[in-house]
Amino acid sequence: MADTPPAPAVSSRPERIVFRSPVTEARPVRLLLIGISVAVLGLFLVLPLVSVFVQAVNLGLGPALATFSDPEAVSAIWLTLLVAAIAVPCNLVFGIAAAWAIAKYRFPGRTFLVSLIDLPFSVSPVVAGLVYVLLFGPFTPLGAWLLADFGVRIIFAVPGVVMATIFVTFPFIARELIPLMQDQGTGDEEAALSLGASGWQTFWRVTLPNVKWALLYGVLLCNARAMGEFGAVAVISGKLRGETVTVPLQIELFYQEFRALAQVSAFSLAAILAGLALVTLVIKSWLEWRYADQLAATRKH
Amino acid sequence: MDVRVANVRKEFDRFPALHEVSLDIRSGELIALLGPSGSGKTTLLRLIAGLESPTSGAIYFGDEDASHKSVQERNVGFVFQSYALFRNMTILENISFGLKVRPRAIRPPAAEIRRRALELLDLVQLTGLEKRFPNQLSGGQRQRVALARALAIEPRVLLLDEPFGALDAQVRRELRKWLREIHDKTGHTTVFVTHDQEEALELADRLVVMSQGRIEQVGNPDDVYDRPANPFVFGFIGESSTLPVEVSNGELWIGGRAIGIPAPGADSSPAQLYFRPHDVELVEDGAALAGVVAASRRVGGTRRVELEIGGQKDRVEIDLPFDHPAGMKTRIAFRPKRWRLFPGATA
Repeated sequence: MADTPPAPAVSSRPERIVFRSPVTEARPVRLLLIGISVAVLGLFLVLPLVSVFVQAVNLGLGPALATFSDPEAVSAIWLTLLVAAIAVPCNLVFGIAAAWAIAKYRFPGRTFLVSLIDLPFSVSPVVAGLVYVLLFGPFTPLGAWLLADFGVRIIFAVPGVVMATIFVTFPFIARELIPLMQDQGTGDEEAALSLGASGWQTFWRVTLPNVKWALLYGVLLCNARAMGEFGAVAVISGKLRGETVTVPLQIELFYQEFRALAQVSAFSLAAILAGLALVTLVIKSWLEWRYADQLAATRKH
Repeated sequence: MDVRVANVRKEFDRFPALHEVSLDIRSGELIALLGPSGSGKTTLLRLIAGLESPTSGAIYFGDEDASHKSVQERNVGFVFQSYALFRNMTILENISFGLKVRPRAIRPPAAEIRRRALELLDLVQLTGLEKRFPNQLSGGQRQRVALARALAIEPRVLLLDEPFGALDAQVRRELRKWLREIHDKTGHTTVFVTHDQEEALELADRLVVMSQGRIEQVGNPDDVYDRPANPFVFGFIGESSTLPVEVSNGELWIGGRAIGIPAPGADSSPAQLYFRPHDVELVEDGAALAGVVAASRRVGGTRRVELEIGGQKDRVEIDLPFDHPAGMKTRIAFRPKRWRLFPGATA
């Protein structure tokens, strides 16, 4: 082993001198570190994930699949898809606009805007939901005005759920694009403009293709969060069954029913979310492996 | 296309990058903007391109005031130091980009665009590489693609911003010769920015020497090298040595000794003597500059020695034949063959 002291020069036994890189550790240390990581990951991540799927088929595949004919579950799935279908494009547009402004221009308040974009990461989702309740609730001036004059309900209705979701998924796309766009600078855009391209042509043919993989990466993370958000949505939705309940909320409702069949339904829906997470993970890893150079240099998630 | 820069001033956040610069660029000439970093040469180039707008003053393309035209309307070919090739497009797509984005009414048919792009690829000697992507080419090849892309739009003026700045010395020399050939073949009015005086002297018809946002001198390479207008140009272009001298009785004095250099017309005052290290003759007798060797090193085919002159221990560099027997502390007397005198106590 590499740790043994060097043999004296006169030794008859030929000592094999093993070169060890100065930045690596001895084998027992390496095994210990790897072991700790694997054990923690297994205990905290893999085991719960497996148990979700196991619990879902606890009473057999039939009851598990029966969940998806339950009107409440179906409504929750549709609502989740609807919310993601609105929130992700909204944040796509916002993310590109914000990243463009921050990366390509110098203006007063630029650094403040960067910090502001990160706000949803640091604010508790419950607070995120609560601020909308305080802002648009039926007894606030704004909420009362919207309700009375337009008949629009924000709180305890789908618009509120969408708004809360947009809030918590705000940073994902912008945060992916900003470092990459800053890194790329404005050289390509200037080249395109000097060749006679209009601003619109430059955006579609040069700027967007340059960030397309980072954009897809951001959309992926944004979507996963939009479909999985619980806290903010829980506060604002009022949990009206079949109306404002998304999949994560429905899971909790099922879980609290203490019927064996409801338990299975809870885990079946959870399995859907977990499956979504796994698919996201696979695509994300593939993107990172295939297009590492075209994603942002700094990883923050 | 003549380009005229008239009293252009440019400020960035009230910091002046260019002070009242005027310059006439003649149709078909290859002109170099030369200066140290921060001299405003790139700013001037970007102002001509329309990538910046002047704080005051105007830029004329021919007789037409282009100051308020956008970069698209000016129809200039711009080549960037960082190439700025579109990484998601093939070489052919890069070169055809400028033609493809034209409004339908003035866009050539697809077959014609392809033919022209391939023709330009031939011109820049990259035939057969049209399907490659930029990251599959070397730096020198990328810069040639960038030039072909700029030429594709049939620009009125070709502008190059330190085009060879990111390349190694060998490739730079090759591309320099090649750019001259392309220019002679196509006859575009070409302005290029460089901080490499060798490049500017070798390549350009005329040089614009800039410093701190001002033009110091405009002239052909011979003018600028042999007749520098001021101490900055003398010091910036080529090798130079300088010594503080006194002007008295129509000749130059150092430390109370005449050094055998006449100064007709100049009255009694301190001045700076400038000369080229290689442009000196060694003398045996008579009034001359004399000093002892303080350092010596081999530079190419000659030996460059540092001499300590007179009591002030001012140091100057001169070139000796490489087989000159001078060693440390050897006394050497010389006279510059050509020199310039600029008034003032210090450079």
